[in-house]
Amino acid sequence: MSTVDRTAPRKGRRSRLQQLSFGDRVWLKFAIGIPLFVHLLLVWIPAIITAILSFMQWDNLAPVGDAQGVGFRNYWQIFTIFDPKLFPALFNNFLLIFWLGFCSAIGMLFAYLLDKNVKGGRFYQSVFYMPVVLSIAVVGFIWKAVMFQTDRGLLNKVLPGPGIDFLGNSDTVFSFHLPYLDSPIGLTKNFAALLVAMAWRHVGYVMVLYLAGLKGVDPTLREASAIDGANEVTAFRHVVFPTLKPINAVVAVITVIEALRAYDIIAALGTQRGTEVMGTLVTGSLTGEGGGRVGIGSAYGMVLFVLCIGFIIKYVISNFKDQG
Amino acid sequence: MSPNAERSPDPSDVGFAISRRQLIAGTAVTVAAGGVLAACGGSSSAPAADTTVAAPADTEAAPAETTAAPAETTPAVDTTVAAAAAADLGEVTFGSNYSDDKVKAAMAAAIAATGQKVKINTVDHNGYQDNFNTYIQQPDDVVSWFAGYRMRAFAGKGVVGDISDVWANLPDMSAGFKNASTGLDGKQYFVPFYFYPWAIHYRKSLFAEKGYEIPADWTALLALCAKMKADGITPFSAANDGGWPQMGMFDMINMRTNGYDFHVSLMGGKESWSDPKVAKVFENWKTILPFYQPDANSRKWEDGAAAWGKKETGMYLIGTFLASQFDPTKDPAAQEILDDIDFFAFPAIDPAHGQDAVEAPIDGFMMAKTPKNEAGAKALLAAIGSAAAIDGYLSVDPSVVAANSKANTSGYNALQKKSAELVGAAKQISQFLDRDTDPDFASKVVGPAIKDFLSGKDVAGILKTVEEQKATYTFE
Amino acid sequence: MATSSIVTGKTKKSPIPRFILQTFLSLMAVIWLIPMVGALLSAFRNEQELRTNGVISFPRELTFQNFRDAFDRGEMGRKFLNTAFILVPSLFLILLFSSLVGFACTRFSGRFNVLFLVIFTAGNLMPQQVVFQPVFQIFKRIPWPDLLSDTNSGNLLGTKIGVIFIHVAFQTGFCTFVMSNYMKTLPKELTEAALVDGASVPRQFFTIVMPLCRPALAALGTLEFTWLYNDFFWGSVMLQKGVEKPITSSIAQLSGAFSTQDSLVAAASVIIAIPTIFVYFLLQKQFIGGLTLGASKG
Repeated sequence: MSTVDRTAPRKGRRSRLQQLSFGDRVWLKFAIGIPLFVHLLLVWIPAIITAILSFMQWDNLAPVGDAQGVGFRNYWQIFTIFDPKLFPALFNNFLLIFWLGFCSAIGMLFAYLLDKNVKGGRFYQSVFYMPVVLSIAVVGFIWKAVMFQTDRGLLNKVLPGPGIDFLGNSDTVFSFHLPYLDSPIGLTKNFAALLVAMAWRHVGYVMVLYLAGLKGVDPTLREASAIDGANEVTAFRHVVFPTLKPINAVVAVITVIEALRAYDIIAALGTQRGTEVMGTLVTGSLTGEGGGRVGIGSAYGMVLFVLCIGFIIKYVISNFKDQG
Repeated sequence: MSPNAERSPDPSDVGFAISRRQLIAGTAVTVAAGGVLAACGGSSSAPAADTTVAAPADTEAAPAETTAAPAETTPAVDTTVAAAAAADLGEVTFGSNYSDDKVKAAMAAAIAATGQKVKINTVDHNGYQDNFNTYIQQPDDVVSWFAGYRMRAFAGKGVVGDISDVWANLPDMSAGFKNASTGLDGKQYFVPFYFYPWAIHYRKSLFAEKGYEIPADWTALLALCAKMKADGITPFSAANDGGWPQMGMFDMINMRTNGYDFHVSLMGGKESWSDPKVAKVFENWKTILPFYQPDANSRKWEDGAAAWGKKETGMYLIGTFLASQFDPTKDPAAQEILDDIDFFAFPAIDPAHGQDAVEAPIDGFMMAKTPKNEAGAKALLAAIGSAAAIDGYLSVDPSVVAANSKANTSGYNALQKKSAELVGAAKQISQFLDRDTDPDFASKVVGPAIKDFLSGKDVAGILKTVEEQKATYTFE
Repeated sequence: MATSSIVTGKTKKSPIPRFILQTFLSLMAVIWLIPMVGALLSAFRNEQELRTNGVISFPRELTFQNFRDAFDRGEMGRKFLNTAFILVPSLFLILLFSSLVGFACTRFSGRFNVLFLVIFTAGNLMPQQVVFQPVFQIFKRIPWPDLLSDTNSGNLLGTKIGVIFIHVAFQTGFCTFVMSNYMKTLPKELTEAALVDGASVPRQFFTIVMPLCRPALAALGTLEFTWLYNDFFWGSVMLQKGVEKPITSSIAQLSGAFSTQDSLVAAASVIIAIPTIFVYFLLQKQFIGGLTLGASKG
């Protein structure tokens, strides 16, 4: 019956629930019921509808009754006809997972250093965290107009030589040929520029999470290891890192999900070739003036959703498994 | 405001009589391609030639309860008089994408001239466009939009209102504009407001100083480019941020190489993008790419304009809104540039097509499918199509040319006059790539293809991809 | 206790020489600051000059005019109010809902508790764009006489209330995850004692559990404030009237059909950033402390 419920010794819980008055039990039902209703109605039910729509052809301006089942046609189209859009986008998401993973490590390093009570620690912490609180429209403006602009951007003013077209150059830094595809895929130069902007934002976010985690590390433990003569790296590996384990899990999930869901910075810095990710493909197809291609857009959405859900399930299981 | 004497008595004086006929010729082709020529021709009552003042214009637009005196049809227009006239129709809501300071004020002047009680909902221009699909499902009574395929697509989906009866009250709109406002079913869905041509802009002083000649054909253009380059001037300002600016170049080269009919047919999804004719367009385009500013893809058109203003570049293919970049109120030096702007029609490539076609997008208005105040909405549409409304607009923003043939053209500046002439001399008028075809196809397929082309990717491969992806779209 | 920040005043001995550490951090801070300072400087510059000379150039004049213009033309006063109208109820409901669910699911046994938590957590991680079309259609079908505004279309479309609902639905997921983890760390004896004393469940919730959750609520409040305030997607696809749009849309408002003034946008960016930066500094201490989340449970 309650095989899922591993949160506590069964007996104690059971008896406690039975002590509850009728009113209390109704109150608890509402306490879960109302939020659950809103959440299911506006998150899960729409997700299921999107899954269904991905097998249909429907113009969103037409009545819902006009939707027609087309089987796997939308999927077939995105994997064969729109493959020059889909695969580079998937590859960019894939790159992002590694890149943001690397940024998370930097964030951890920053947090670790700041945790050493350096002078002006608050200041550094605020500086690194600031990009996280900025609105995406602001971040977009900063990088597009202030930093990367070809004719008068800061980077182009500082760097020698002719203006570099950071956001427009879709030449690849490295690329390889998939036998299935006509054109090679790889890291484009403009996507590399976006990675810089994303790092600027991601590092601070992760840093703050680790900083919080580090506050939880028992200082006596660390001091003990220092007295033992353990060097910095050993102390970190054997004392600090293990205590950060729960934070690591959170950061790992945030990193992967952010990499897969990445949308806003990329959309804000323009829709140049070479920088598409799944998030921009989905949004571009489902919203916008041509939002009528709901079937194709939903199919893109489901590809993204399936990728995310894999990580979500893995994470949720591991999170709730070791609850007891 | 504008005394009767200043009102042009005969539109032919400023080239509109010609433009009218040729607009018909131009748009008729478009419509013929859609196969409903008969329907349009039949319903067109050809009011354009009628120069007599149609007095009770407004009252017909609105049902019987309207007692509004159509102030704007009387020659001596005073906006305050007009304002008093139609007030009892109730408030009309109006979705406006006229969001810059200047055009916002201009639109307010136009609305004031209609004399109606209007609640204006201003949304930033690009956001308005991006969200139009969702907006039109919860629209204001009257909405801003664009002529061409872009209007017909929404008309065809049945989400905007039929305003054929309003057109009975728009006697000063030429038949060409009427055709541009007609959906595939032969009904009108659009009221044109103004248009602005695209042309190659140059600075008169630069051309005079260096002895450059205006090129009439492609060879001359290439020779001029080479000369400029030798003089240390980048021949063409080139921007493509947002993906739309270079669409204008595609349109022009295609219309010059293959003619207007082929262009329209290609835009309508009826020609193959793998056709050697399309490849030829890119071949021609390639010959001027060495004369472009480098890295066009991420340059904003404003930055292209700045370079052009500083005479770093010699020419710029862009809409006449280029002038808006030079505002003497913000920078005194801008006045000098403003007085120095001139443009010429895109040079001929194939003599068979000459310089027949001109690109001149028309902006205007549509009505919601089920407006809350239908009578008011229709009255507003008729009123905003009037000469008084566009006069009010142009008094604030003189960068465009009125669609209404009775508009006061005496105040036109040199560029406006030239714009009217350019369009007047055109045999055919196109809208713009993203207005002449499925907008999603334009922005998601053709736009990226042009970006790929500019970054040097293989043309055959690009066109193959476009043709493949085109197959997933349904054209009207 | 899980949350109390155990920052001791003591300087920890560290094998890394201080000055290397300081130099490294200052260098990084400069790199991090450059883009922001660039934007800040642009905001004080004259547009024409900026366009001609770029940000790195000696300014002929510095001006506050951009801020005034940006505020007026971007209709920022009205838009701040819109954002507040959406943000305050959303924030309240999100924190209330997630506390309720966290409380009910972690402190009382129920057959589906884990399932509920899984649903909320997984839902929060869903890409939001994926659900846009269905949500739009659902809103279209929910009758809602929005008497508070003049955009009354009879349904939830285009209303700020609709945006509040969607924020609450999505963000409750994340906050439930955090709150449940946090509540698990509270000693069970607390509520058990109250139960023995005959305190009702709502009473336990409001008088015992909620006050103890203050650090977590502060952290979540700061995070959610930042996220909701900066929301661009739902605000722009759901709200169709210019006057209803949130503050994040005012930058777009400053961009015209064809042209954009960088100096104005820079000024608007600075104005927009002020509230989030202010909230961050205000709650900085609780923020970091509360972020410990359930992470250091056990």
